[in-house]
Amino acid sequence: MIRVVLPAHLRALADAGGEVELRVPGPVTQRAVLDALEARYPVLRGTIRDHRSGKRRAFVRFFACQQDLSHQPPDEPLPAAVAAGAEPYLIVGAMAGG
Amino acid sequence: MSGVRVLVGTRKGAFILTSDAGRTSWDVSGPHFPGWEIYHVAGSPADPDRLYASQSSGWFGQLIQRSDDGGRTWAPAGNEFSYDGEPGTHQWYDGTPHPWEFARVWHLEPSLDDPDTVYAGVEDAGLFRSSDGGQHWQELPSLRGHRSGPSWQPGAGGMCLHTIILDPHQPGRMFTAISAAGAFRSDDAGGSWRPINRGLRSDGIPDPEAEVGHCVHRLAMHPSRPGVLYMQKHWDVMRSDDAGESWREVSGDLPTDFGFPIAVHAHEPDTVYVVPITSDSHHFPPEGKLRVYRSRTGGDEWEPLTRGLPQQHCYVNVLRDAMAVDCLDDCGIYFGTTGGQVYASGDAGDSWLPVVRDLPAVLSVEVQTLS
Repeated sequence: MIRVVLPAHLRALADAGGEVELRVPGPVTQRAVLDALEARYPVLRGTIRDHRSGKRRAFVRFFACQQDLSHQPPDEPLPAAVAAGAEPYLIVGAMAGG
Repeated sequence: MSGVRVLVGTRKGAFILTSDAGRTSWDVSGPHFPGWEIYHVAGSPADPDRLYASQSSGWFGQLIQRSDDGGRTWAPAGNEFSYDGEPGTHQWYDGTPHPWEFARVWHLEPSLDDPDTVYAGVEDAGLFRSSDGGQHWQELPSLRGHRSGPSWQPGAGGMCLHTIILDPHQPGRMFTAISAAGAFRSDDAGGSWRPINRGLRSDGIPDPEAEVGHCVHRLAMHPSRPGVLYMQKHWDVMRSDDAGESWREVSGDLPTDFGFPIAVHAHEPDTVYVVPITSDSHHFPPEGKLRVYRSRTGGDEWEPLTRGLPQQHCYVNVLRDAMAVDCLDDCGIYFGTTGGQVYASGDAGDSWLPVVRDLPAVLSVEVQTLS
């Protein structure tokens, strides 16, 4: 199972407590994980990436295994530790005040 | 038992204020959607239990929430706002062409007779409609596609379509306003549009009497007299007696004619309310005194309404969508401030009471009159 950590606002929106566990068929890529996440929680469509282009929203970042994966191609495999469920895939809202 | 439900959108969530017809004792619920910007909450005239809310965030974008029980429970509706076809460009702040980009929904206007039909005014300026209760949204593209569209420029708050008025007597006639393009009218349910800005004069643009480019802040109409429109422009309070074909200034003896909201009394089409703001660079009331001004003559002659409002050290603003009226026999007036107060008057503005004092900055106020 793939472990996904959502930012607080999206956890509340999806009514998902704590980490989300997802079964991802096929290669574990960022696109595959986000597709599975949005299939489980349709309310998250458009909140992390654009509906049509799939482009990441500007103030959302993707981290895993102490790496910033935000600029990685969406079809590149995620680290093996994420694919194995040992490490979570973090969806992060950029820090800002106000 | 009759009463009112006041729908308040703020920078950090939505609040619902309810009272019986006395409007002195209030129940406050919220925050709904805490931490999110709620630009607007609106109820269906055809079914007061049907509410729509625009929920947005700079991080996570736009959501539309819908309630079928008067705001007790909510469920997310559709949030895909895709411009029709190739969106083209408008003018950017530096004068260069800039692609139309969806930012947020500023205003929701439910249909007068169908709870499932609702219009959305968005930034970058465009008009969308849903006919399935907000699940799916389609653009009415001829407004954005007007020949003047490539010359539209954003105001300081973004290029937003913030006003949608549906004519209750002439089906298919609707009015919109865009900052900073101006006012537009359609007579065929949004199929085609034309600018209605003749008579406006804006010294901040190269041609002060241009067909488009005016920073219209708000339009208001009385449903019994849809040919008469009132406008709070960036500067100037204006009136049209021919459904926008021409405008004349009715600022009269206001202390300043800069401001954002404008509203019309529910039963007196010639009674109009504005909240004068010092200037375009000082977005707070003159002299630190929060005063609503009322005209009982359709403009030109105005009286300050101060009883119950702070008359010293007050430096809040009242935003364009943050004033509304109820339809009870004694017309109630409501407005919210950037300081988080919502004031109510149950006597047409003669006196005011704060319903709440410490909300987040108020972005919008709507009122439903319940029977």
